[in-house]
Amino acid sequence: MGRYLSKKVLIYLITFFFAVTLNWAVPRFAPGDPISMLLSRFVVLEGGRDILESFFVKTFGLDQPLLQQYFGFWRSLFRGDLGISISQYPKPVLSIIRDAIIYDIIILVPAIVLSWIIGNKLGAFSGVSKKADNFLMPVFYFLTSSPYFWFALLVSYLLGIVLGIFPTSHAYSATMRPGWNLAFIADFFMHWFMPFLTLFLVQLGGWAIGMRNMIIYETNTNYAKYMESLGARERLIRRYGFRNGILPQVTGLAISLGTVVSGAVLTQMVFSYPGLGYLMVQAIKQNDYFLIQGCFLFLIIMVLLANFTVDIIYMFIDPRVRHSYSGEV
Amino acid sequence: MAARDFWRRHENLYFAITNKKVIFGVVIFLSIMALSIVGPMITPYDYEEFAGPGYQRPSKTHWFGTTIMGRDVFTQVVYGLRSTLLVGFLAGTIASAIGLVVGFVSGFFSGRAPDEGLMMLTNMFMVLPSLALLIILSAYLPYRGIVTQSLIVAATAWPWTARAVRSQTLSLKSQEFVNLSRISAAPTFRIIREDIAANMFSYVFMVYILQFNGTILSSVGLEFLGLGPTRGISLGLVLQNAVNWNALHLGMWWWTIIPGLILTMLIVSLYFINTGLDEVFNPRLREL
Repeated sequence: MGRYLSKKVLIYLITFFFAVTLNWAVPRFAPGDPISMLLSRFVVLEGGRDILESFFVKTFGLDQPLLQQYFGFWRSLFRGDLGISISQYPKPVLSIIRDAIIYDIIILVPAIVLSWIIGNKLGAFSGVSKKADNFLMPVFYFLTSSPYFWFALLVSYLLGIVLGIFPTSHAYSATMRPGWNLAFIADFFMHWFMPFLTLFLVQLGGWAIGMRNMIIYETNTNYAKYMESLGARERLIRRYGFRNGILPQVTGLAISLGTVVSGAVLTQMVFSYPGLGYLMVQAIKQNDYFLIQGCFLFLIIMVLLANFTVDIIYMFIDPRVRHSYSGEV
Repeated sequence: MAARDFWRRHENLYFAITNKKVIFGVVIFLSIMALSIVGPMITPYDYEEFAGPGYQRPSKTHWFGTTIMGRDVFTQVVYGLRSTLLVGFLAGTIASAIGLVVGFVSGFFSGRAPDEGLMMLTNMFMVLPSLALLIILSAYLPYRGIVTQSLIVAATAWPWTARAVRSQTLSLKSQEFVNLSRISAAPTFRIIREDIAANMFSYVFMVYILQFNGTILSSVGLEFLGLGPTRGISLGLVLQNAVNWNALHLGMWWWTIIPGLILTMLIVSLYFINTGLDEVFNPRLREL
């Protein structure tokens, strides 16, 4: 058990290290000289170019040798200093991200958890009922094949514009003041619903297909046939099949997290929902380079933490891992 | 008699062309391919040309309507489809190739240093959110062509293939005929080629289909964010323009819904082929 976790944590730490290094290296070595691009943007703000240049040289530590720049980057990272945003000058990047990340969490967590649970149930149902299968399978395939942003557009068109039930952009109405009153919460919910629904439905298809195939496979195994020959009820066999099918689905959950976060970025773009993804794309449009770095870093931290959570859950539901860790097959 | 012999020898082919899912998938896939090939030839417009009045619903002269500026949506879609299919093809091939090589090597040397190192790398790339990585790479490359984009997309698409191929290799490796080859001192390369690779052909084919799907989805996502190829048109770019011009609020469903629907149908068709082939290659799934 300890070995299982420590191996996973090691991989996450290496990934984090790699991501930070990439974050540091890309703007420094990429063609197109992002830093001079930045400078030219900063010039339009008040203050002379010379002061700005020295500011930049200091922030990036450009007057130091590369290795020292690299260590400096890590040092400021651990102090929580991610630089200052250019597009929202002089707000620090960290505080902008702190305001945005909540929107990612409130659409991602419910969408991931609910689609996984309901998708597995629906898939299991589809796996045992031929009649339902004929109708449900094409639907599942359609859902899982849809690009997130296109599905978001579809949902937005049908529910937001044709039916006119939900507002199509932003996290709450411009006239609303955030607070713990009923009117605001209702407004917030209405804005939250469509981004959530998009992420929920597109993922649902994939889980259902996976579970359907697992159930079909499990009902053909020897133990299932043996149970059948003993006269066990079909429901009991199905329940065993479901329990066996759940494990690969949990592994699948860990694998899919990166894709889901990517999907959230695109969905947020469609609904102008102010999470990290939306922020990051805005930052790219405005060449707000510290903000891009910050968003990238936090997206990765989010995915790593989520992966870690899945690993812990896996440890509790797989008896093989709980009792001893015998390496992956 | 001869025909019967032929089918007996090519049993898989027989099951493939009689499988409903495969037929359905192939028909849709081929029609969309045909659309991307023939479309640019039959359309009288250019994708950047102002082909008529803006804001036109689908009609005889403009099959998919026109954009707000009066560009022909059908023309944009067929040209865009070409570019998107090309990226999917290139990136899917590269990603499958990387995944295959890494998975093969890792599975063959399982438990030893190359395996440990490669799996570490694979797991690392697996947890990185691919789009975030793609965004940060694309954002700092001011000029991107189709090949650059394919490379970027492929760089993040291969890990699951490597894992899948590795476990497939592991299970094949413990088969008896592989042991037999080993006892008879066959060279390593020959074992890989004749015993393992030959038996993995069906699997590899399906992996390739899934990679094609995955890379198309991520490259369209990039294009939608404006981080696709800097020149030309693509499906993601068509949709991005539609969103930028607020097409949905203006009720121009033909500009947003149709291009995405074609893309989705393309991917659905490939999934159907994949599932159908799964039934063909695994007889146990056939009766269902």
